[in-house]
Formats: sequence, C-alpha cells, structure tokens
Amino acid sequence: MSKKRKKHYTKATTPGDIVIVILMVILALLCILPVLNVLANALSSPEAIMRREVTIFPVELQTQAFASIIGDSRFMFSLGWTALITVIVVILNLVMTVLAAYPLTYNSLKGRKIISFYMIFTMLFGAGLIPTFMLFRDLGLLNNPLVLILPGMLGVFNMILMRNFFLGIPESLKESAEIDGAGPMTILWKIYIPLSLPSFATIGLFVAVGRWNGFQDALFFLTAAPDWHPIQMLLYNITQNATQVDVASPGGVSVQQWGAAIRNAAIVVAMVPILCVYPFIQKYFVKGATLGAVKG
Amino acid sequence: MQASKKLSGMKIKDHDGNEVVIPKTSFGKKATKGFKQNWQIYSLLLLPLIWLIIFQYIPMAGNAIAFRRFAPGGSILGETFVGWHFFQMFWADTIFWRVFWNTVILGVGTLLWTFPMPIIFALLLNEIKSKKFKKVAQTLSYLPHFLSVVVVVGLIQQLTRTAGPINNLLYSLGFERIPFLMRAEWFRTVFITSRVWQTTGWGTILYLAALTNIDPTLYEAAMMDGANRWQQTLFITLPGIAPTVITLLILNVGWVLGVNFEQVLLLQDPLTFRTSDIIGTYLFRLGIEQANFSFATAVGLFQSLIGIFLLTITNLLSKKLTDTSLW
Repeated sequence: MSKKRKKHYTKATTPGDIVIVILMVILALLCILPVLNVLANALSSPEAIMRREVTIFPVELQTQAFASIIGDSRFMFSLGWTALITVIVVILNLVMTVLAAYPLTYNSLKGRKIISFYMIFTMLFGAGLIPTFMLFRDLGLLNNPLVLILPGMLGVFNMILMRNFFLGIPESLKESAEIDGAGPMTILWKIYIPLSLPSFATIGLFVAVGRWNGFQDALFFLTAAPDWHPIQMLLYNITQNATQVDVASPGGVSVQQWGAAIRNAAIVVAMVPILCVYPFIQKYFVKGATLGAVKG
Repeated sequence: MQASKKLSGMKIKDHDGNEVVIPKTSFGKKATKGFKQNWQIYSLLLLPLIWLIIFQYIPMAGNAIAFRRFAPGGSILGETFVGWHFFQMFWADTIFWRVFWNTVILGVGTLLWTFPMPIIFALLLNEIKSKKFKKVAQTLSYLPHFLSVVVVVGLIQQLTRTAGPINNLLYSLGFERIPFLMRAEWFRTVFITSRVWQTTGWGTILYLAALTNIDPTLYEAAMMDGANRWQQTLFITLPGIAPTVITLLILNVGWVLGVNFEQVLLLQDPLTFRTSDIIGTYLFRLGIEQANFSFATAVGLFQSLIGIFLLTITNLLSKKLTDTSLW
C-alpha cells in the first residue's frame, strides 16, 4: 500500500512542494520559538535582557539564574515531591483502572451496564467545584498533601481505554483458560495483564504527564500548605512574583533585575523533564488518543 | 462477541439469574462455581465503586446546597430549603450575564479558530514527500500539547511583556508597545492564539489516522483523469476525512462552554475582567475566595446543565448523521 502511495507522488519536486515545505518549516518553528526565547532569556545577562537584545540565542551567557533555581531548596524539594506523587498516582491509577475495567469485560456480569453507566455519567456531569471543595473540607483533605493523590486515583476515561484494550484480547484465550479451570483472578493475572503492558504504558504516561503538569488541585485545596505545593504551583507563584528565589551570586546586580532570568530559568527547569521524555512517549499518547476515539 | 455467540448454547442462568458459562462437566457443580467466579469479579469492583461514590457521587449530591441556605461550619447539604432563591439571584445579576456571554464568546471563538487549524495542518503534512521531514515536523508540533498550563502562561507572559519579543518586533515596525495582558480588548486574541498554538499539532492525530485509510487507487484513478494535486485534495482527500471532521465538530460543539478554565484564570487580570471573566473564574472567586457557597453552586449547576444539554443534543445529532456517538 505504501508503495502505491509513493507512486502517486513520483513526480519531481514542484513549486507547490517547496511552498508546502516552507510553510511547514514556519509552523514547526512557531511551535518551538517561544520555548527557545524562554531558554535564551534564562541564559542571558540581566543587562542584555534589559537592552532587549535577547531573542532566541543567549546574549552574554550566564548560568547563575539556573544555579539559583537549582540551589533553591524549596524548588528542588518540590521537584522531588512532585516526582514522588507522580509515581504514587501512576501506580494507584493503574491498579484502580484494572480493577474497574476488567470486571466490565465480562458480558455475563449482572449489573455491568448499570455500573458502566454510573462511571461514564461522571464524565458528563461533574460534581462541581464548590461541593467538591466542601467534601474535601469535611474529609480533612484541605491543605492535606493526600488531596494531590486520592481524588486522582481513577480516571473514567482511562478506565474506558483500558476496557477497550481488554476487549481487544481474543475471548477465546479467556475461554480456553476457563475450560482449564482458571478463575477470573488467574485469567487477569496470567493473560490480561501480561498482554496489556503497552496499554499500561499509555495510561500510565497519561496519568504521569497529567500529574506532573497539574496545579489546579493545589490552587484550590492546598492554599495554606505551601510546603506541599507541586512544582507547577510553585512555578506559578514564582512567575507571579509571589515567591522569591534567592539569587546565588547576583554580581552587583539588584535582585529585581534578575527577575526575568530567574523566572525563565524556573520555567525551563519545570519543563525539562517533559521536554526530555515527550519525543519518546508521544507514540503511546497517539495510540491512546486514537483508541479513545474509537468508542466511549 | 463472536466467541460468545459460539458458546451461546452452553450458557445457562443460575438461581440468581446470572448467566454462567457451562463448558463440559456436570450441571450443578458448574453453576455454583459460576456464582463463585462472579463473586470474585464483583469484589474487584469494590474499591473503584467506593472511590466513585466518595469522590464523584457525594459531591454530586452536594449540589443540593444550591437549593438550601448554607451555614458556615454546617452540613455539606445546607440547613434550610430555599428553593430557587439562589438561581433567581444570579438570574437577576448583571455580572452573571456578563460572565455568561464572555464564556459563550470565548468558547465559540476558540472553537472557530482551533477547529480548522489541525485539518489544514494535517492536509499539509499529508503532502510532504520526505518521511523524515514529516516526522520531525510532527514531533515539534506535538510539543505544546505536553506543556503544562502554568508553563504555557509563563511563555505567554514572557512573549507579551512590553519589553518582550513581540513588542520589540512591533516597535521596530513602528508600532506602539502594547501591554497585551492588561488590555481587555486583547484578551480574547491572546487566549485564542495560545489555544491554537497548543492544539494545532496534536489535533492532527485523528485526521492523519483517517488519511491513511483512504484508498490509494482513488488517487491513481484521479491522476489518470488528469486531476492535479489541488483537485485531488478537494475531491478525494477532503471527502475521505469528512466523517472524522463531522464527528469531531459535533463533539467539540458539545464541549463548547468547557472553556479552558485554568488558562483563563492564569491569564486574566482584574483590568481585563470585561472580556476575560468567565463562569469558571467567577465561580472560583465567589465560592472559594469569598465562601459564597450556595450561590456559587447554583451557578455551577446551571453551567453543568447547559453542558449536558449541549452534549445530549450534539450526541443525538452525531448518532443520526454519522452513526458515531459518545453513548
């Protein structure tokens, strides 16, 4: 098929091709230029930034801004803390998703439709911010670090994805195992889980990126517990100038003038883990996005 | 599905009405075993269901305080029944209507811009001959999707500073410097542009999947008939992805009021409330910052109901027109 497709394009390069390539180069550049600009600002001297000389290349290279961020104990603690809760949330999510999705693959299970309905209904009609806030208050989750973990233990969309993956496993495997006397737990453990490792990667990465990038829960429910702020919340406070980072060696320049470089360095440090992994994990996301679209 | 059909002759119902697969051995033995199996399966669901009740259904019931007066420190469900009092209150509130229309305008505007861009981008990608170049362009275009809202807002603040690159460019072209994020008339432009930036690359995925399903012989036939590239796009490629386009359009219309709340909240400034204040941010200020619980819940409930209404309608349309639906 791909051979045939090529045939359709065997003509020599036309002016149209050149226009398309130029357009694509521009579009691709537009996607990364803002990131490069932030990086350049983080690496340029405050004087150069003030002279408005910085575009996408560092001017008068300095690394103190990065050193200040990396030397800031709160920032580093927050990075580690966010990494920890990301790992915990991923594991809990995978367990809960399997627990919810596997029983729903049994057509014979009484109440299966009703249970699915009650799960999917929450996607359409959310609980609402205020009632959630009041519930968390009553549960003692306000300003409690567990609020970053417990409410995100299960995602209904991920559950549907996992169920779709499970339903893609040939039923005959399950049936022949049943004939051999295997119970549902054995079938789950010996057949479904080993065959679903790629889907675990997809869902785990969805959850991981979501947790790493999430800050809304901290904004709503952790206002009085800044020690437990995940990295995005801390970054938000830094970019809003609400949190000051001590500059390691300003070298005669006032802290005020370092503001732009520090802010941009903080953005880069918070973004780097995602930047490093996304080219390698994107295929799992693509798979999840296309599979989720097949049918809810 | 096929496999279960094949086995349908071997299924019976046990005394609880559960369908049980009977493979080979004797009747009674297997029926009790089936019950046992189901018991195990149900036990797996226990934790997810408890989670669902606590974190989804209890707060859903908490919406009841929209109809009840809430006393500080009192019950999550409120103290006295006040009926539609809080609904009438926001209905008569001019600020509510301002944020309502801001939400509609911002939602529709975002849809109008973010919907066509991925289609155009996917068509362009499809015309690229070099596989490597295509791969690189795709990977770069996915980047914004993976960035957090806080990072994106940080990027926007950096780019739109009065001393930032965009203003430097404007200045060198002879324009005035504009403090974009403090100007109400610029808010929608900034917000929608940032959404386009974030969604265009990633949005191509479903279209690219649809493009690979187009029969290549159609292109060959068209070339034989002398169709040029533009005509091929117009008469083969576009009709080929049309079902995907329609389905996604319908779904997006259903979600149109679900404007990206976090991003608006981070981008807005009291100076821009005239255009930037939407239902979500209004709710946040009223409910969490001012502890006006019942009133904010009434507003939130109203928004949810509009959302579910739009989704139901568009889902119905989708079912009728394209045979695809959410439920």
